[in-house]
Amino acid sequence: MYTKKECVAMLLAGGQGSRLYALTQNMAKPAVPYGGKYRIIDFPLSNCVNSGIDTVGVLTQYQPLALHDYIGNGQPWDLDKQYGGVHALPPYQTALGAEWYKGTANAIYQNINFIDRYNPEYVVMLSGDHIYKMDYNAMLQFHKEKGAVATIAVQDVPLEEASRFGIMITDENDNIVDFEEKPKHPRSTYASMGIYIFTWSKLRQYLIDNENNPDEDKDFGKAIIPNMMNAGEKLVAYMFDGYWKDVGTLDSLWEANMDLLNPNIPIDLYDPDWKMYSRNPVLPPQYIGSDAKVENSMIAEGSSVDGTVDFSVIYEGVTIEKGAVVTDSIIMPGSVIKSGAVVEYAIVGENCVINSRARVGKRPEDVENRDDWGIAVVGHNITISENAEVAPKKIISENM
Amino acid sequence: MSMNKKVLGMIFANMHENTVPELTKERTMGSVMFGGRYRLIDFTLSNMVNSGIDEVGVITKSNYQSLLDHLGSGREWDLARKKGGLHLLPPFSHVTSGMYRGRLEALYGVSDFIIRSDAEYIIMSDCDVVTSMDFNPIIEQHIETGADITVVYASDVIDLEDARRSTIFGIGSDGRVNDVLINPSISGAANVSLNTFILSKEFLKNLILEGAAKGLYSFEEDILRARTHEYNIIGYCHKNYYKKISSMMGYYNANMDLLDSEKRGMLFPNNAPVYTKVRDNPPAKYAIGANVRNSLVADGCIIEGTVENCILFRGARVGKGSVVKNSIIMQDSIIGSKCEINCVITDKNVRISDGRMLTGSKNYPLYIGKGAEI
Repeated sequence: MYTKKECVAMLLAGGQGSRLYALTQNMAKPAVPYGGKYRIIDFPLSNCVNSGIDTVGVLTQYQPLALHDYIGNGQPWDLDKQYGGVHALPPYQTALGAEWYKGTANAIYQNINFIDRYNPEYVVMLSGDHIYKMDYNAMLQFHKEKGAVATIAVQDVPLEEASRFGIMITDENDNIVDFEEKPKHPRSTYASMGIYIFTWSKLRQYLIDNENNPDEDKDFGKAIIPNMMNAGEKLVAYMFDGYWKDVGTLDSLWEANMDLLNPNIPIDLYDPDWKMYSRNPVLPPQYIGSDAKVENSMIAEGSSVDGTVDFSVIYEGVTIEKGAVVTDSIIMPGSVIKSGAVVEYAIVGENCVINSRARVGKRPEDVENRDDWGIAVVGHNITISENAEVAPKKIISENM
Repeated sequence: MSMNKKVLGMIFANMHENTVPELTKERTMGSVMFGGRYRLIDFTLSNMVNSGIDEVGVITKSNYQSLLDHLGSGREWDLARKKGGLHLLPPFSHVTSGMYRGRLEALYGVSDFIIRSDAEYIIMSDCDVVTSMDFNPIIEQHIETGADITVVYASDVIDLEDARRSTIFGIGSDGRVNDVLINPSISGAANVSLNTFILSKEFLKNLILEGAAKGLYSFEEDILRARTHEYNIIGYCHKNYYKKISSMMGYYNANMDLLDSEKRGMLFPNNAPVYTKVRDNPPAKYAIGANVRNSLVADGCIIEGTVENCILFRGARVGKGSVVKNSIIMQDSIIGSKCEINCVITDKNVRISDGRMLTGSKNYPLYIGKGAEI
């Protein structure tokens, strides 16, 4: 069967992730570490593999070095295939010239040739900003059963949060009859998860028409979906009730990490039937020292802890010295928290050094005015000097 | 690091299995689990790869399913290569090979493989020594001294039990080996063989062919000991931290050594990573009420109880209210709640029910076999 793939996945990974500030200064959002040993992109990639989708195009544009490096030949996800596998797709030059991806629709349009190589019936569109475990194949079966042109995965969100999302209004047969982008007065609580399945032959034509119309936005939400709806195509909503979390902001990235420590939140990384794959570091096991105190936390390999760690996610190769305290925080790979330093309610990026007696972040109850409180963030490769203080809500992108 | 000379690594995966019979009942010495996430062969293989050797043959004899499963294509050691790479050499893998009795006979069985290799030098190594070793200076010394055979040893003080399971070299002031004692009943200061030997391919080829013709099968006895004065055998003193595993006690102590940060640093230097098979475990999780001290913990563990002075392998679990001390808990073993475990080695996939008490002693740890349910 070397001539055809039933379904090809296209992962939109080119976004800057500007709301992650210092963490995405030098890396695309999907390459941002999550969950102690993963990067955000591990979730859609692992979901693809676990769903039986073995052909994935990753559309990259912003700061792609770390991301390209991480994806490599796709081997960690079993996506090093003779036919198919994972392919990084940055913008490229053609005989007609070169241009950046002008929008989500244009990005796919520029890669029509890539998709056509596999002659798929369906294309699943994914983004690199969410943490969730989802069987795309179940969604594809739904798409087929419904005979839809487009299926959009939705989550039932609380009404008060609905205005933050793209909201789908459906009839009793799951048909999408209307949709609203971030409505002030939402008419439904079905929020789009940014996961779409399209019948490729149809989508292909809509992309070409969109490209040829200079007046239209080159964007799925603004042009392709409305155009399909106006043309009377069958669009259906697929309800997903599992854990799904946006990690597009510093607060939500912090929360999504903390969710892993909450036994009542259904994101189980330890389930052998739906393994999350990642590029594994070559490091010895973690060492927990004689003076360490570790509770309610996740720690990855190669780390060495002799201080106090509580409610925190510690990535690989991190050192937490004796007398250092890390609570309610995320410490990304290779960082060192020196003796006497205190890190609370914070995100510390890769390869940082928090020197002795420095303080990063504060507990909300220790801050007089709640409006001044927020997660403190130290970007990648930053040194915080002895006795320095990083106030809550501060985002540090230079040594201090 | 990279080799100027083309060197072939030959690893003997089954040697010394009788020293830890419990652990090698269903596996080779090379596939004995060590240090939370490794198999013994990982150290030898990684040393070779880190020294720039990109062609390695692994000679194995029996019980090698776990070894094949572990090594796969050799990708994790960067040895899945079009040219060179990893070659698994079970018995009967060549026309001339069969069930061998000793190192020399095993080499004869794979002599086609050795002769076909374009290597100039061969490093032979077993899997019973845990150390970080750079082969480049050893090869350099071998070439400089014009030795027929270079043997790697460590100067150490050993007890009777270790000596009885080791080869001991007498070494002159010129560095030349002048005495070879195999499993002697001695104790004290000794030059202990680390079972690592360097020869030129030509020299080894001639030894193999001569050995086959004369019915010689043991490299140590029939070559090193019988021809100590005939050949120019030179010692290379390996000064880095090492641990030779020659008994269950030795195995236990070698694991416990990893709780010493200095020794751990010498075994896992930053510039010489130890590669192993990837298992895609999530990070280790410490629950509310976890109390972990002085322990090595691998990915995939879930700890809800107290753990002190332990080595926890990937996917091990310790339930609520359990107290586990001075123990080695291998891959995917699960300890229920309210257990008391002290000085115990559990093999893979052991299940210990709630409330059990198991106690060995530091000089005789209690071993629990693979898959046991208690």
